[in-house]
Amino acid sequence: MKEEIIIAGFGGQGVLSMGKILAYSGLMDDKEVTWMPSYGPEQRGGTANVTVILADSKISSPILDQYDIVVALNQQSLDKFAPKVKPGGTLIFDTNGIHNRPNREDIKIYPIDAMEATLEIGNSKAYNMVVMGALLQAMDYKLPMENVIKGLKKSLPERHHKLIPLNEKAIEKGASLI
Amino acid sequence: MKEEIRLMKGNEAFAHAAIRYGCDGYFGYPITPQSEVLETLAELRPWESTGMVVLQAESELAAINMVYGGAGTGKAVMTSSSSPGISLMMEGISYIAASSLPTLILNVMRGGPGLGTIQPSQADYFQATKGGGHGDYHLIVLAPSSVQEMVDFVGLGFDLAFKYTNPVMILADGIVGQMMEKVQLPEQRPRRTDEEIRQQCPWAADGRKNGRKRNVITSLELESSKMEVINNMLQERYRAIERDECRWEEIGVEDADYLMVAFGTVARICDKARELAAEEGIKVGIIRPITLWPFPTEAVAKAAAGKKGALVVELNAGQMIEDVRLAVHDSLPVEHFGRLGGIIPSPNEIVEALKNKIINR
Repeated sequence: MKEEIIIAGFGGQGVLSMGKILAYSGLMDDKEVTWMPSYGPEQRGGTANVTVILADSKISSPILDQYDIVVALNQQSLDKFAPKVKPGGTLIFDTNGIHNRPNREDIKIYPIDAMEATLEIGNSKAYNMVVMGALLQAMDYKLPMENVIKGLKKSLPERHHKLIPLNEKAIEKGASLI
Repeated sequence: MKEEIRLMKGNEAFAHAAIRYGCDGYFGYPITPQSEVLETLAELRPWESTGMVVLQAESELAAINMVYGGAGTGKAVMTSSSSPGISLMMEGISYIAASSLPTLILNVMRGGPGLGTIQPSQADYFQATKGGGHGDYHLIVLAPSSVQEMVDFVGLGFDLAFKYTNPVMILADGIVGQMMEKVQLPEQRPRRTDEEIRQQCPWAADGRKNGRKRNVITSLELESSKMEVINNMLQERYRAIERDECRWEEIGVEDADYLMVAFGTVARICDKARELAAEEGIKVGIIRPITLWPFPTEAVAKAAAGKKGALVVELNAGQMIEDVRLAVHDSLPVEHFGRLGGIIPSPNEIVEALKNKIINR
């Protein structure tokens, strides 16, 4: 098993922390994991992206040309990374603010309205967990929910552990979008 | 603290490893992309648990001179910075090397020259391995390629530093500092007691106890005949280190037609490129120098023997390639591929470079 994933969007959308929770969940499932962020000033409002690799065996490059799964949360990220989905791979994108959709026929494409789904849950901070729910659902590798919860516990500071049920609900909501 | 599996950034892991090694003191000044080292140490508050001192100095100059002083007392002390900050420390590093003091210095390299960029680079290879500061001295230079090695090289680095009473530099790139990976943290070791330090470091300026003779730590010797003796002693030590401490890793070298040479995380990007090339029927092996000084000259020569060509991949304009060429002489074509200014090449770019510069040359 090896999943090479990139999550890309605006700074502030929770891209990096979503990647961290995903990586920690993989770790809890006894996988090798690598989390490689774009770092620097772009975190303050520009685009942010994170590459997460989950695998059974030792991971080589943290930098990739092509991905099994691309999650794009704005037009800029969609334009940049849709061509980098491996043939047969998966593209998930949030339809909000997207005016130019990708037209590839050799990959699975899931347009999701993650913002709408987040508003239905009633807490806009859960946006990235809605997206992660969709990602977990679309991934060939099935990460057990109990390990995702463990991953959440490990990534969130203890004072935020009361938010775990909300996050769990958001993940389930996201999964229902696929 | 027991052994533990965690997910963390290289910089964070380095801080945890320092505490668990039983490090006595850290002196540093923040700079991207390694500020998490000081941040993590401040958050973990080791002065309340192991008694380790953590101090944010007023500048890099102050930090390296605090390290000089701490090391002079036989304590296991360290600092960390990134390229421009390391340049500021160079005078102090030369003094520490000249005074034969063990210490650990982490450089998480960013793109230069000058203030440059905060993105990853390997352009401080020359500075780390060929001097940097003035005079005939060498640092032992270790290049980690994973978060786990950021942890392991703290222990290895201090052990080598004390074994040879010589400063050790961990030369990391911004990638390994900033990425998170699964990492196994070692068990907490106790800090050495004053008595243990007295036994292990008879040279230490730790206050005269039991009427022992005066220990003087200085890099100054105005009498040339004596200064030459000191230099000869240093050179003898460097030869011993070159003989006994070369470290490297090889991947698929034996049945390969071509060789790639890379250090740090770039070696892992090359590993992915190796997989991609194999899909096209191109057989490439990789040799990754782990000690950049001493450079594993013989191992590189051996790995290159019988190959049709070698590509040296670095995040710089061609630095380690000089040591590779010295190792292999003119026995095969050796070319360089690098990206500059903080750009990281992708695995495909490396495969293309291998084709253009070596295979189809």
